[in-house]
Amino acid sequence: MQNIATMARRELGAFFLSPIAYAVNAIFLFTIGLAFALGTFKSGAEASLRDTLDFWMILILVFVLPMLCMRLMSEEFRSGTIETLMTAPVTESEVIFGKFFGALGFYFVLLATVLVFPIILASFGPIDLKLLLCHYIGMILVGALYIAVSLFFSTLTRHQVIAVLFSFALLALMTFASHALATQLEGWPRVVLQQISIRTHYHDFVRGMLDMNHCVFFITTTGFFLFLSVKLLEVRRWQ
Amino acid sequence: MIRVSQLTKRYGAVLAVDNISFEIEKGGIVGILGPNGAGKTSTIRILTCYHPATSGSVHIAGLDVFKESIEVRRRIGYLPESTPLYPEMRVREYLQFRGKLRGLTFSERAAAIKRASERCWLGEFINRPIGQLSKGMKQRVGLADAIMHNPDVLILDEPTVGLDPTQIRETRNLIEELGQEHTVLLSSHILHEVEQVCTRTIIIAGGQIVASGSPKELRDKFSGQGKIVAEVQAPKDDVEKSVRAISGVHDVEVSSDNGWVKVSIDSQPETDVREDIFKLASAKGWSLREIRRDGATLEDFFIKVTAQQRLKSV
Repeated sequence: MQNIATMARRELGAFFLSPIAYAVNAIFLFTIGLAFALGTFKSGAEASLRDTLDFWMILILVFVLPMLCMRLMSEEFRSGTIETLMTAPVTESEVIFGKFFGALGFYFVLLATVLVFPIILASFGPIDLKLLLCHYIGMILVGALYIAVSLFFSTLTRHQVIAVLFSFALLALMTFASHALATQLEGWPRVVLQQISIRTHYHDFVRGMLDMNHCVFFITTTGFFLFLSVKLLEVRRWQ
Repeated sequence: MIRVSQLTKRYGAVLAVDNISFEIEKGGIVGILGPNGAGKTSTIRILTCYHPATSGSVHIAGLDVFKESIEVRRRIGYLPESTPLYPEMRVREYLQFRGKLRGLTFSERAAAIKRASERCWLGEFINRPIGQLSKGMKQRVGLADAIMHNPDVLILDEPTVGLDPTQIRETRNLIEELGQEHTVLLSSHILHEVEQVCTRTIIIAGGQIVASGSPKELRDKFSGQGKIVAEVQAPKDDVEKSVRAISGVHDVEVSSDNGWVKVSIDSQPETDVREDIFKLASAKGWSLREIRRDGATLEDFFIKVTAQQRLKSV
């Protein structure tokens, strides 16, 4: 546990010292700000973040989080620091979980900046705090899953560009393609696609429904990708 | 302190380490010497628990590197060849991070960082970002990281590669100092370095140990084939013929230079023909301006054994 915290603190520190992280952060704030300004912040509209979060937020996160996380393991492999890291008394799972929590910490900072939107809305009408909490739980769970997927691909290769492209592809598939396909199909294929669609699970959080089924989906899928990352790191040692 | 038994490492079809065994007692500096691709780094990576062995066993301080990997890693300090570090971190931050990973408490870390930074002359650079340091300074940071937790065994892979001559000398002096407190395993392909700082040398070629002993023992094994060189003023043919006639002489090479004849003599290992040369020159009335034994170096020995290994593998 101590080592996970140490790794997470180092990773979080590395994000704050990385120019790429600041650039990606700026892109995130600009695009989500644009979506909020054009979609929600208009005369006569409901004082709710529902429109911004339901589509734009996860679309932006599909691109932003892989870009933030592409270096997590790839950079260790490329620079050779993996050798000093894995010859220190630290296990593969401590490294992966440390990196994951470090990235999650930086994602929390991103989410904190988005709090400016409900603050703006609050000056125009009452804000439902329970709904806002539900939104944030949904965003945290989606973000954690996206980080785990990006971390998995970063563990797969030393090339950050390859890691980011694979992450985009899988996340886009799991978020949008499965959701779109599900609407076209009937019967069990529809049910299967809906069950693996991130957007379907996330949608209820935006609507204000805190369904444990969705929480379990996000937590187990995140855990699955973290488990794969740990195993991948173990396999790399044998190669 | 280190016991390696029938160690083999394969990377797919490539046999990097071929059934090697050796033991290293506590204390002293042991050099692993070998040409590029000999299997030095593969051996070191197994010793440091970075890669598992294909077969065989390695024990460090009585602990199995595969089964008790975490405990072994607490007891070793490792400086990899390229000294990989996090460029965005400051030196102190980096050492703090490494100390935490090794389970040092706050006060232990503070003391360890102070001690390691003093030994590695990091004082004025301790708050500088690593990315701004020179190659030599980074090497010192890597070394400080390796020694900060006072490990039983220090494993240094090519610690002076890329350093300038002053830094090389400083690093060697530091390694010699460290050898008084730790068991140091030093991998290098710089023969002079190993000859200078190591108390024992293990030569690896083609994944196998081809020789082992102190640098002096290895030189002595080879010194029987060291040459006697003499310079005389005499007719070249006469010199060659007369020297060949001396008992114990194997081979003679003769060359002329400004009226002087340089004669290079290969003799039997136990024979010293210098006195015979002197007597010959005196009897023939030749002027003799030099007579010396060209002692064998570790380099001669290294070239010989690695060449033999190459021939075997062909």
